[in-house]
Amino acid sequence: MYDFAYHKPSTVADAVKLLADPDAKAVSGGHTLIPALKHRLNKPSALVDLSGIAEMKGIRRAGNAIVIGALTRHVEVADSAEVKAAIPALAYLAGHIGDVQVRNRGTIGGSVANNDPAADYPAAVLGLGATVHTSKRKIAADEFFLGMFTTALEQDEILTAVEFPIPEKAGYAKMKNPASRYVMAGVFVSKGPMGVRVAVNGAGPCVFRQAEMEKALAANWSADAVAGIRQSAEGLNSDIHGSAEYRAHLVTVMAKRAVAAAG
Amino acid sequence: MPQVTLTVNGQSHTAEVEGRTLLVELLREKLRLTGTHVGCDTSQCGACVVHVNGESVKSCTTLAVMCDGASVTTIEGLAKPDGTLHPMQEAFREYHALQCGFCTPGMVMSAIDLVQKNPQGLTEQQIREGLEGNLCRCTGYHNIVKAIAAAAEVMHGRRSEIARAAE
Repeated sequence: MYDFAYHKPSTVADAVKLLADPDAKAVSGGHTLIPALKHRLNKPSALVDLSGIAEMKGIRRAGNAIVIGALTRHVEVADSAEVKAAIPALAYLAGHIGDVQVRNRGTIGGSVANNDPAADYPAAVLGLGATVHTSKRKIAADEFFLGMFTTALEQDEILTAVEFPIPEKAGYAKMKNPASRYVMAGVFVSKGPMGVRVAVNGAGPCVFRQAEMEKALAANWSADAVAGIRQSAEGLNSDIHGSAEYRAHLVTVMAKRAVAAAG
Repeated sequence: MPQVTLTVNGQSHTAEVEGRTLLVELLREKLRLTGTHVGCDTSQCGACVVHVNGESVKSCTTLAVMCDGASVTTIEGLAKPDGTLHPMQEAFREYHALQCGFCTPGMVMSAIDLVQKNPQGLTEQQIREGLEGNLCRCTGYHNIVKAIAAAAEVMHGRRSEIARAAE
């Protein structure tokens, strides 16, 4: 690992100033960034550790939404009584990210801002029609995820929280790589204030909505409604773990399981 | 260079580190606590698991500077000063839950966190899922799972000592 300067600001404003340096990088749990730094895939001049910023922590209910601070670790979302009561599918998703030690350090803000195609949280953000809060503005999920490891966030813009509208029903199912536990193909479904939404992660270069399945579920909320819908393999990921055709097949299987889990 | 002060196995330490110094490097190279191992160095194998503020963490994926002010427990901090083993260590010995022993420090630290978080008890499936972050290439996990189940009984006061392994 190349060396870097280390800063630990205690306010969002101070962190934004430090991130004005285009070679500085934000870090919280570090469970994506530190492995990348070890491989020398990245050479930041400075790491700005956000974990001391109190205003970015915690889970609260705000009207008909659950607002989760960016620094909230996966284990905290998985164990939260508030999340379990309001959006059990989100607690389930958080409790199945990586392994125990990843969940003890990794944060929702880091996962969403990184937008790894095989990460879990982007599926919930898009699948629930969440709103991403940043140091500058609020961004709808549909406008947030732009491509592989790419989001609408600017260099000196910090993701501070994610606001999830509480759905009537929601479910998540994934096929995970047995070694890394990253998502091969996953589907998050929901029905509620944001309509019927189906978000697919792991399968493509970026999380995406499956419009045909959304239409079918809006007419008939049941696993049978999506059983006959085939995801096109075009543009999906193909690697040593699975071909694009295999991932396309998994999308239908995971969609059925997600709807069944949602009830 | 940044300075960190942390408590390791009950003792306070202050050390100068680089920003890039990993917690496991601080433990092994500066504090000479070599019981914590580095296996894969890619955050997958779990040989480097220690407790930071009571929770299991992969010390190869944590910067030392991030642990300023934290309380860290390593495998060396489990036994009592008179040498009496922690129930989890005793159970690993009794159930022959290791062969080469390389993964064992991380396994024991993960297992203790798992048992502490589940006072109501654990099923075999829950133990296996709780070990997802730890790899063992010798044992096939069977005896590790049995050892953890036996240690859980003692740690939560349902038994006074580790049950003997079946002959």
